[in-house]
Amino acid sequence: MSKTIDELLPRILPRVQKPARYVGGEYNQTVKALREIDTRVAFCFPDTYEIGMSNLGLRILYGVVNNMDGVWCERVFTPWGDMEAEMRAAGLPLYALESHDPVADFDMIAFSVGYEMSYTNILTMLDLAGIPLRAAERHGLHNIVFAGGACTYNPEPLAEFIDFFSLGEGEESTVEIVNCWRDAKKRDLSKEEFLWEVGKIPGVYVPSHYEHRYNPDGTLAAIVPLPGAPAKVTKRIVQDLDKAYYPVEPIVQSTEIVHDRQNLEVMRGCIRGCRFCQAGYTYRPVRPRKPETLYNQALQSLASSGDSEITLSSLSTSDYKYLEPLTDRLTEYCAARNVNISVPSLRADNFSRDLMLKLQKVRKSGLTFAPEAGTQRLRDAINKNVTEEDVLKTCEIAFAGGWNNVKLYFMLGLPTETDEDVLGIAELVYKIYNCWKDHASNKKRGVRIHVATAFFVPKPFTGFQWERQITPEEYLRRCRLLKEHMNNKSIEYSYHEAKLSELEAVLARGDRRLGPVIEAAWRRGAKLDGWMEYFDYEKWIAALEECGVDRHFYTTRGFGTDELLPWETIDPGVSKAFLLRERERAGRSEITPDCRHGCAGCGANRLLECGRCDP
Amino acid sequence: MRMLFTKEGVAIWSSHLDLMRALMRSFRRAGIELKHSQGFTPHPELSILMPLSVGVESQCEIAEFALAEGCEIPAEEIAARLNPVLPAGIRALESWEGGQKAGKLAWLRARLTLRYQGTGNREPGTGDGEADSSAPLRSPFDFAQGKAENDRIEAIRALFGRPSLIVEKHGKKGVVETDIAPMIRELVVKGTGNGEPGTGDAADSAAGENAVVLEAVVAAQNPTLNPLLLATAIERYLPEYKPALVQCRRLEIYDADMRPFR
Repeated sequence: MSKTIDELLPRILPRVQKPARYVGGEYNQTVKALREIDTRVAFCFPDTYEIGMSNLGLRILYGVVNNMDGVWCERVFTPWGDMEAEMRAAGLPLYALESHDPVADFDMIAFSVGYEMSYTNILTMLDLAGIPLRAAERHGLHNIVFAGGACTYNPEPLAEFIDFFSLGEGEESTVEIVNCWRDAKKRDLSKEEFLWEVGKIPGVYVPSHYEHRYNPDGTLAAIVPLPGAPAKVTKRIVQDLDKAYYPVEPIVQSTEIVHDRQNLEVMRGCIRGCRFCQAGYTYRPVRPRKPETLYNQALQSLASSGDSEITLSSLSTSDYKYLEPLTDRLTEYCAARNVNISVPSLRADNFSRDLMLKLQKVRKSGLTFAPEAGTQRLRDAINKNVTEEDVLKTCEIAFAGGWNNVKLYFMLGLPTETDEDVLGIAELVYKIYNCWKDHASNKKRGVRIHVATAFFVPKPFTGFQWERQITPEEYLRRCRLLKEHMNNKSIEYSYHEAKLSELEAVLARGDRRLGPVIEAAWRRGAKLDGWMEYFDYEKWIAALEECGVDRHFYTTRGFGTDELLPWETIDPGVSKAFLLRERERAGRSEITPDCRHGCAGCGANRLLECGRCDP
Repeated sequence: MRMLFTKEGVAIWSSHLDLMRALMRSFRRAGIELKHSQGFTPHPELSILMPLSVGVESQCEIAEFALAEGCEIPAEEIAARLNPVLPAGIRALESWEGGQKAGKLAWLRARLTLRYQGTGNREPGTGDGEADSSAPLRSPFDFAQGKAENDRIEAIRALFGRPSLIVEKHGKKGVVETDIAPMIRELVVKGTGNGEPGTGDAADSAAGENAVVLEAVVAAQNPTLNPLLLATAIERYLPEYKPALVQCRRLEIYDADMRPFR
């Protein structure tokens, strides 16, 4: 343990909010003796403890790396603003939770990046650790910084700061990467030599091995790999999820986190193919876990954590093939022990209705739908195959069964959206309200219908990756239009911050010219941008101006289908040809059936050794 | 049923609600099924007698709980079953059936360690990166420093000899001026480095450092005196002796007859 840090902490912690976030020591954390290890990995999550500890990827990779002999992986999160200020005032460097040792002492520093608006937190963490921000300013094998996570399929905005990226699922590749570093250390390689070695590992992208050239109009002219660098880097996947590591002895958070429950990942990938959804495309191919595997993992992780709730998670859990046998067995176990089972992302179909009633046995939770769009035409265009009939039928049963709380999620600014589509949302909401009036078992308690709209952000590797984003002003006009048409005290309407989504769009489809913008915004004080307490649009606008970058180039302009896209070095499995086909079908409001009703040929099955998805 | 337990080390930074959640999880891990309330969202029946402020240590916390029907574990075994699965800093000392009525709780013995600057410890805000600043600096003016320390101890002793001590108490009704003197039953002021046997708590690391230790028995109920208010009194009446850091540890709780409350 670091003596200085442990002397400073008791003086600082009484003054900060939720100090339990900063001390570690949780049940099931991994502690190793320094004399038994040769490699130290700091697993950094660029957001708060509450968010990071809710991340399954972090928990998996923490376990995977700590299962390696001689390697100790520890956790690091972004301190909240009050703690950051105290740390800077006291000269306390960023430290890892397990050992309280400074992050600067670690051999490898890994970032798991799930969200564009956490980019500045990476810089905050490197800076608090006393590590140079830019990859080119870090020399030697010490403090190698790499990153992965859902948001790194377009790694270019971070290219300047990160030595290399690990794309796709990290269960196997992270072990290979750490071993590659150990080997480099043994052979006393230079950092440059190591980067060439690690770049040979499938799924590893070394940005400094590629040159990006631009046209006079600002579009990308060419991506030129250095001799020896692969033209394409294909993301990694786990072939057999039943054999993959799963954290059955999970770290038990010592303070409440966002997902304060066990998380059982029933499958990876999604059969649906909603055209706006990056995860829906990039998590493919679809691979379910066996119900026996899941049942055992559930029992072990519940027993080891003592949690009283378990979530069956995936992008669309009602599409998990063996949901019924799994929930049957689990409800039996859980009901006897007062453990609640929750199933998020249920679809509004027949089976889900039955399941909803079954799960109610332990606890009655709210009803949530994400129709995403207000009219069938637009739902078809985005390939969100939910019908009004399904939604109303489910509501009818729920209201009759005593539910009186419904949450509805929509997006505004979707491609091809008109005012008619916006007003369609209000219409659907009123139909639900009338459904409650007709079917509620007890009208005295009233009904709460929460409607939330998000501002559509076009993301790389989706059918909408070329689309324009509407302006924040236009988005807010549509919000107001919708609000004017939902005047009912039972209906509560909230909408996402427009400016945040605009910047998210800039960063999501950003190229290497965004690196200096991120740094300039951070130098101006931008931090914790995903949090409304801290988000400051003006700092970002000033940073864009300072760097001569026009945000509209990445938002309202739209990208040409013949344009070279910054993220084209990366192959996430789904092919560009497929994404183009999806875009064309969207224009015709034509749906693509889900994977089980005919393969749409997305290309992700190429990643499977057996060549067959969804076994 | 009741259980006596400690809250030390990293666990002191957990809030009361965090501790409740941690104990509930620990019971589940130990395979001890708690009785659950009826209703819409059943809750396990578990409570902690005197909620502890964040940052305060204790060796005398009491939790009260009921086992589920059919869970036939003798009360005395609960502590031993919990210990292997409790988080760091929480240790079950003993468990028993029944217990005194909560209303009988009357007094709390607590220790306050007041730490002062100039011990060689780097203070927040002086991050000047001196070489090995963590090593205790030996002042060349040991004698002068010793005198200053004695003056401080005397001043603090004299302060708590006063018949009335008004401090601001921040409660649900806002800030209230309260006289804490009548709520102090006993109070001893000591310097440190007196070679007391170590108990592994925060006061030990104060040995040889620039610190003052207060040990007091204060009202635990009707009204309650948070021992940290003793430090507040020093800040108010003796601002020149305002400590840089206050560490607090609950040592024991008693009934009106000064018998340990259980």
